[in-house]
Amino acid sequence: MLATIVPTSTWYLILGAVLFGIGMVGVLIRRNPLIMFMSIELMLNAVNLTFVALSTQLTDINGQTAVFFVLVVAAAEVVVGLGIIVAIMRRRSEISVDDLSVLKG
Amino acid sequence: MLNTVWLVPALPLAGFLLLVLFGRRLAEPKAGWLAATMCGLSFFVTLLVFLDMVSKTAEERSHVVRVFSWIPVGSLQVDLAFLADQLSITMALFITGIGTLIHLYAVGYMHGDPKFSKFFIYLNLFVFSMLMLVLGENLLVTFLGWEGVGTCSYFLISFWHTRDSAATAGKKAFVTNRVGDWGFMMAMFLAFGAVGTLSYGTINSAAHGGSISHVTATAIALMLFVGACGKSAQLPLYLWLPDAMEGPTPVSALIHAATMVTAGVFLMTRMNPVIAEAYHWAPTIIAVVGAATALFAATVAVAQNDIKKVLAYSTVSQLGYMFLAVGSGAYVAAIFHMITHAFFKALLFLGSGSVIHGMHHEQDMRKMGALRVLMPVTGFTFIIGWLAIAGVPPFAGFWSKDEILLYVYANNRGLYVVGLVTALLTAFYMTRQVIMVFFGEAKWKDQSEEHGAHGDFVPHESPKIMLLPLVVLAMLSVGGGLLQLPFTKDLHFLEKWLEPIVEHGEAHINGSWAYDNKYILMLVAIAVALSGIALAVGVYGKKKLPAIEPQILANAWNYDRGVSAFMGGPGRQSFEAVAWADAHVIDGAVLGTGSVVRRSSGFIRKIQSGYVRVYAAAIVIGVLAMLAWFMWRGVA
Amino acid sequence: MELFVFICAAAMVLAGALGVVLRSNPVHAALSLVLTLFGIAVMFVSQQAEFLAAVQVVVYAGAIVVLFLFVIMLLGVDRAENLETEPLGIQRPLAIILSIGFVALLVTTIVQGRDSLNMRGDGLITADSGDHDANIRQIARSIFSDYVVAFEVTSVLLIVAVVGTVVLARKRKSEKDLSGVSA
Repeated sequence: MLATIVPTSTWYLILGAVLFGIGMVGVLIRRNPLIMFMSIELMLNAVNLTFVALSTQLTDINGQTAVFFVLVVAAAEVVVGLGIIVAIMRRRSEISVDDLSVLKG
Repeated sequence: MLNTVWLVPALPLAGFLLLVLFGRRLAEPKAGWLAATMCGLSFFVTLLVFLDMVSKTAEERSHVVRVFSWIPVGSLQVDLAFLADQLSITMALFITGIGTLIHLYAVGYMHGDPKFSKFFIYLNLFVFSMLMLVLGENLLVTFLGWEGVGTCSYFLISFWHTRDSAATAGKKAFVTNRVGDWGFMMAMFLAFGAVGTLSYGTINSAAHGGSISHVTATAIALMLFVGACGKSAQLPLYLWLPDAMEGPTPVSALIHAATMVTAGVFLMTRMNPVIAEAYHWAPTIIAVVGAATALFAATVAVAQNDIKKVLAYSTVSQLGYMFLAVGSGAYVAAIFHMITHAFFKALLFLGSGSVIHGMHHEQDMRKMGALRVLMPVTGFTFIIGWLAIAGVPPFAGFWSKDEILLYVYANNRGLYVVGLVTALLTAFYMTRQVIMVFFGEAKWKDQSEEHGAHGDFVPHESPKIMLLPLVVLAMLSVGGGLLQLPFTKDLHFLEKWLEPIVEHGEAHINGSWAYDNKYILMLVAIAVALSGIALAVGVYGKKKLPAIEPQILANAWNYDRGVSAFMGGPGRQSFEAVAWADAHVIDGAVLGTGSVVRRSSGFIRKIQSGYVRVYAAAIVIGVLAMLAWFMWRGVA
Repeated sequence: MELFVFICAAAMVLAGALGVVLRSNPVHAALSLVLTLFGIAVMFVSQQAEFLAAVQVVVYAGAIVVLFLFVIMLLGVDRAENLETEPLGIQRPLAIILSIGFVALLVTTIVQGRDSLNMRGDGLITADSGDHDANIRQIARSIFSDYVVAFEVTSVLLIVAVVGTVVLARKRKSEKDLSGVSA
């Protein structure tokens, strides 16, 4: 009986939404910049999952093409972001984004 | 030829500019000659325009010359344009004519004054402004001239500004005029609101055609009258004119006798269709104020001892006559009296200036006497002026005053009586003045030490340049009545000339008792004039009757003092309250807005805490809001 | 069968995600991320997007996570974050509320709109129809004809990213002489 239940694209979409939410919590709560970055990667993956699910649902290849490009841009973003983190956090003992609060109003 | 009417104000303006640039270099007397020449040329052009107009038929005489578009703002389209029609050219003729004569006179009178060329700068500017006033095609050009003459009046009254009284008098004139100007401005706003334009032609035809409601027309008429009260020194706002005698005598003659003060009468005549559309009590108010002013000023003139102050109050009184005429619907008579008054009042002022000049700037009549022997020409011309103003035929003043009294009798008997009493007083005080100055004992013989102590002081006749205008004006005072003789219709030159301008407002008295019996009224007027003269001769000449000159009349019924007390006391307090409100309430609101903004921004900037995670949270809140909105849109 | 695959993959994804967010040691977090990425790849395969699954594993799990680990090593493996305290007091409750709200909103949208998602595209050719490299061919056709400009631009983007990072993360020659440089 269970075998007759087929996961529809809606299930994938909901999973993607939950994954996105978890990633968002990670960005807001964690203070280590590397962990924050990884949370952002989670969010990007959630988006990729959504794209593919919709591509299947709407039988349009453009969704998968979009994922391809998202992947490339995510890679570039990680490169630059990690470079910045390394440049800033190199000489500190305790890394936390809360230390970067000089530009306050 | 009519197209060149713009030259008429342009020439004095050119004179003004040339004198501003080169006046000091030209110095005396060339600066004076230049100014007089410009004025004279302007008169010449006006004369040519006039002759051209005469040769045309009555319908073709009105001509508009548009110089440029002055204020094109949305629905307000005001051009700098000149309206050359019968009324404006008549006014321009005597403004430029008498103006030229006075310029010539001033060359002699201001001899030796260190600010000689500056005087003529102001005089030319004044003539320019006055011509803009009368030649204007719309209310705004007239207002430009109106303000211009007010300003020049201020400059010229306080010409000898080192004298405190002169500076104060100038300020008083300007401020009082400003109060009147408020009325003019309100009238302009109302006219624009009612008709949509400020052009005389459109406003007057709208009034005649009935497009202006009675209420609006009444409001416009009364507001214009307020302005006229200021400029033409009628009862509530007359107080600047006697003080304006601080200025040099040519100023008094030009501005305060012949031209500027007549601007109010001109304005009312120009807008006579609007006045005709007003409620009946509006012209009555005008007439009553005019009559009251005439009587008031005449009573005060009886007790004045300064030779110019008598003439100042006399001017106020005669202006009251003109407004009495306007209020009774006798516009032609008002203009007639304006013209004849210009002649004889300018003559009287210039004559008094000649006397003052000859008496080495002594102005108190009690120190004069028996001057006609030593100053024959001055005396002779002054006597002609006196007979004209007293209303003795065949001099000019009789005909114009009689015309006014005729219309007033047909309109309102009570005002006629007031006019008659004023005529009596006019004859009385003018005769008093003539006797005190030119006849009687020579009281100046005791004053020789006061005048520079160069031996025996003997008053002398003035130079010929000052006597020439006197003679010309005397001739005009004699013959001026020919403009409108009442005997037959054919002799009503002025009436026929001005008919197209005033046809809608002019009262028609052809069938009334007054018109049919006008000769009786004429005889009454003559009798009144002669009895006034006889009374004065009895009091001051033969000394048979006691002189009644109560102090209250000399103080002008304490009106001036009353106004000062009010302004100094409650007036000042209310002004200061308004100023306080402006500083605290209005400025407070503006500054308060600024401080509120500053304080709230100080509060809001704390949101920028510097923490990246707070910013991330803010972004998420924003995204959430947007998403919610899009969803809500989709569902709805 | 698909259901089973879905449940396993979903479990992997969620476990990995929670691991990333909740582990204090960064190396543990990176390894959890790998778990999530594998789960996502499995889901790609089950939706017949094989090419993307392969790229996901190679690029994401293979390159990006390795890069993360390099940086973690560089900056100190033992720098564990103190998860007990939170200097900004409001942050945790706010984050929970916002994410729950967000997820609720999205789920509502998805559930509401599931009937309006109809076939619209040109059709997907899947491996079921006997064509083994159908997916990759279709993606290739799409990238190199419809989106060829975007493709070229992303290549430029990669170069710019690399060059930029090299410039950014450079160590200065001598830190002490910086004041006299502008002479």
